[in-house]
Amino acid sequence: MTTCRIAVVPDGPLLLRGASIVVDDEGNEHRVRRPVVAVCVCGFTQRAPWCDGTHKVAANARSDA
Amino acid sequence: MAASGGHSRSPLPQPRGRLSAELIDAIKDARTSLTGVTPDSEEDLQLSLWTLYELHYRGFRGIDDGLEWAPGLLAARAQLEADFEVRLRTMTDALTNETADAATTVDRLIAITAHDDGEPSLATYLQREATRTQYQDFLRQRSLYHLKESDPHAWALPRLTGGPKVALAELLYDEYGAGLPIRLHSELFARALAAAGLDCSYGAYVDQASAETLAVNNAMSLFGLHRRLLGASMGHLAAFEMTSSFPCRRFAMGAERLGFGNDVAAYFDEHVEADAVHEQIAARDISQELVRMEPDLAEGIAFGAAACVVLDAAANRALMTSWAAEDDAKPTAI
Repeated sequence: MTTCRIAVVPDGPLLLRGASIVVDDEGNEHRVRRPVVAVCVCGFTQRAPWCDGTHKVAANARSDA
Repeated sequence: MAASGGHSRSPLPQPRGRLSAELIDAIKDARTSLTGVTPDSEEDLQLSLWTLYELHYRGFRGIDDGLEWAPGLLAARAQLEADFEVRLRTMTDALTNETADAATTVDRLIAITAHDDGEPSLATYLQREATRTQYQDFLRQRSLYHLKESDPHAWALPRLTGGPKVALAELLYDEYGAGLPIRLHSELFARALAAAGLDCSYGAYVDQASAETLAVNNAMSLFGLHRRLLGASMGHLAAFEMTSSFPCRRFAMGAERLGFGNDVAAYFDEHVEADAVHEQIAARDISQELVRMEPDLAEGIAFGAAACVVLDAAANRALMTSWAAEDDAKPTAI
């Protein structure tokens, strides 16, 4: 069995290496098409399940509040 | 596809001053020494430097490959580089100094790339307002880099060891198609150019490239070709990736609004997700790890990142300014 390695980025996404499918909260399967993928954990991405960098704006909004 | 095969090399550019005129003549005649190395404008300097650097990438159509290592041309390059590097350090001093207290390398990179020069955003303009012709201007400027996408940063690979080497190889593997020639990012950009009705052959638009666009490209080559600037090269890469996802989303929306072929939006769309990954790899696994292993590289990384931010902003400003000048020149509708 191949290994899937998950790296947690502080205030950022999860970086997955070795994954082939990511299942979202509605049960939809998303095929992994690149060697490393970033999975959104902040919930603000417009490309779920993938990170699109929006966490940076969310973090700024929080620090401005 | 015209981006490879017979058009894989750039044509020699048209001169833009005394130095570039002499240099281009020398290259055509395979002469390896110049009578003097004094540019008569910024544009003349940047074009000359770009031409000398291109000898290290693919060279020029019909030109002897041996000129890459001609001592006279290397000496001219060194002189121009020294001038350019001094000015780059002056341009980036404020940004590197004001971020020097950041707790970690990643924090410093975030602070450098969050710098806002207060200029109107090129990405927002292209998304909402630009005409087709203006969007094509933008693609022409970007073609200088994107048709050799990642090549300048690849020079760093043999100079790295351990984790940062593995991380750069991982990032480059994605940039270079992840095993599929059709996914090579430079090929994706060639298809985007074709879909926008533009020439996708390598170097086709060097004569339209602004001095600022040439400077963006020259900085990457300067950092890539000098081992002593390894930190700057990797800092540049990190800043480039960290400032890419958001604008790419807007560039893709602009391409869709203007009704260009799908390959234009697809190119930028690919970079929204890809660069959200690459920015983490470049900032953490390459730059931060590099500083942990070799603390002396910290200032170089900040310098490269700041150079990326300052030069990209200047190139974007030059493009916006050229469009504003066109608007001013139009007769006012009554």
